[in-house]
Amino acid sequence: MATKLIPKELAKRPDRLSPGHRLCAGCGASIVVRQMLAAIDAPVVIANATGCLEVATTIYPYTAWRVPWMHNAFENAASTITGIEAAYRSLVRQGKIPEQNVKFIAFGGDGGTYDIGLQALSGAVERGHQFLYVCYNNEAYMNTGIQRSSATPLGAHTTTSPAGEVIPGKQQKRKDLTMIMAAHDIPYVAQAAPSQWRDLMQKTRKAVDCGGAAFMNVLASCNRGWRHATDETVELTQLAVDTCYWPLYEVENGQWRLTYKPKEKLPVEEWLKRQGRFRHLFRPENRHLIDELQAEVDRRWERLLRLCGET
Amino acid sequence: MNTSIHSVLMQGDEACAEGAIAAGCRFFAGYPITPATEIAELLARRLPQVGGVFIQMEDEIASLAAVIGASVGGAKAMTATSGPGLSLMQEHIGYAAMAEIPCVIVDVQRLGPATGRPTSPAQGDVMAARWGSHGDYPIIVLSPSSVREVFDLTVKAFNFAEQYRTPVILLMDEVIGHMRERVTLPPPDAIERTERAVTTVPPEWYKPYENFPADVPPLLPFGEGYRYHITGLHHDERGYPTEQVDEIRPWLDRIFRKIERNLSDILLYEENGVEDAETLVIAYGVTARVARHAVEMSRERGRKVGFLKLQTLWPFPEEVVEHAAARLHRIVVPELNMGQLAREVERVAGRHKVHRINRADGEIMQPSEIVAVIEGWTV
Repeated sequence: MATKLIPKELAKRPDRLSPGHRLCAGCGASIVVRQMLAAIDAPVVIANATGCLEVATTIYPYTAWRVPWMHNAFENAASTITGIEAAYRSLVRQGKIPEQNVKFIAFGGDGGTYDIGLQALSGAVERGHQFLYVCYNNEAYMNTGIQRSSATPLGAHTTTSPAGEVIPGKQQKRKDLTMIMAAHDIPYVAQAAPSQWRDLMQKTRKAVDCGGAAFMNVLASCNRGWRHATDETVELTQLAVDTCYWPLYEVENGQWRLTYKPKEKLPVEEWLKRQGRFRHLFRPENRHLIDELQAEVDRRWERLLRLCGET
Repeated sequence: MNTSIHSVLMQGDEACAEGAIAAGCRFFAGYPITPATEIAELLARRLPQVGGVFIQMEDEIASLAAVIGASVGGAKAMTATSGPGLSLMQEHIGYAAMAEIPCVIVDVQRLGPATGRPTSPAQGDVMAARWGSHGDYPIIVLSPSSVREVFDLTVKAFNFAEQYRTPVILLMDEVIGHMRERVTLPPPDAIERTERAVTTVPPEWYKPYENFPADVPPLLPFGEGYRYHITGLHHDERGYPTEQVDEIRPWLDRIFRKIERNLSDILLYEENGVEDAETLVIAYGVTARVARHAVEMSRERGRKVGFLKLQTLWPFPEEVVEHAAARLHRIVVPELNMGQLAREVERVAGRHKVHRINRADGEIMQPSEIVAVIEGWTV
């Protein structure tokens, strides 16, 4: 019997990612990880790509993880969990260890997932390993000090897409990784955000129980890179959802479903203006980039509504 | 007084970026990694200002592939990384050697293996820089020990790459990369730049891998009317794949010869007090700074200690070391690894003469560690 998703019950469960780690105040990643792990009753085994989550939860000589956890390199969390999962199932089949319904999860940031880890991720889900890959997506390489990734939105300032007098931040649009993973036609793909915690936790449960490879892309703000106050993390994540910049949906066995529809679709500007990384876009000569971002959000949102049968 | 010369406080990674631009580099493709990220960050700002291109790639494999492509397109091109990235680049380093594509790979070494300690210095990539890719190929590896040297050797790295049509690795380390020093950079017109050789032969005569008479046939950029073939397969003088021993062998001989014949140009080092020394200290990179201090301390106490600072690690300066070693019985080789360059010194000088000092725990050496060995041996 699964634990009910009610805060009072969930609060009683011991954290699988314990307090005392050194992720920044207001970091979205730790919120995502704690919520997701709290949703799972079964034992979990975790592979973690190089990144903030890996570095800041395992600072010498401590670990914040109360579950088996392994870090390999930047590009290969999906391959690493592949080996662990396959070995576990082999040992179970041979009768050498009992079946304990272990859930295998890989965590990677957007750099380790959208960029360097994409090949490993694609291979692992194509092979059909029974595991959940979670991209905690803060839209840049935050661990090395805020460099652009292919998840970084158009116009955002990062240290390798600096906003200057001639070039106004990142020149390219972000990649739609959730769509790419859906195109792998695996049992479960979802996009989520920690501001909709119940939605996030329900999706986590579906993902680990789907009987095959699952992928979740979870928006996790980084206040250092996005440039906002540390107490605005959840609020800004929700603004991304309410502007339809980050729609919440799932693709279960090929069925697309919108899991949250904003009462009122806010202009993307409402989300942009709260973040220092977009500040330069509000200069008159750069306003057209806000229009471009809005057009991109609208186009992707309309496409998603069609896929979800909402129009 | 030349007003264009002024002193600035500069970081090693910054000097590398500025040295690249001064050398004529107009293309950078790379991937974030500590402690080399600053080079990418600076070039992301600087290259567009001088009409160059900065591209952040999806990983290090792609980074060096893009650099090779840019070089074939005619640009002076570079990437910068650290140990884990160097490991990923190894296939393309061999490719660049095979296809003889000029390119510069900066490795700001951190403690390895694997993720190691990203913010700690090490000199553990000396052998990986030389032998990391599979197969037989020569390569040039330079190692700076100050911020000014980072600038100078970055320029040299480009010059060597263009002069000899070869990949060149600039082997920095975390301390040299992150350290800030007051430096006076040379005025732009005082910087020697080597440009890629050109040819006047008509396209139908052009052979990109011609073995004679010169050892470095000109590499013409794609897109200028010279149609030719580049491949990682063994190839004949036209660049077409070959399985003929009589074509593979002359090529292999030539790519080694083009380096060996030019050692007097390529081998960079500084000797100090070697003539009357009883003990010689050989060091490079950050350890050369520590070693110099140790040598001075020992000399103040009356020891006759010579100092050889290597800036070119590969090709290994065999004759320089051999010459010095012939008159000496003690050679001390301190380095931040478990004994990588010391193996070369031992090979040339004889194992019994060489005393290694190894440290690979993320800390730099103390002068006292080197003094103790120098003086322990001379007592």
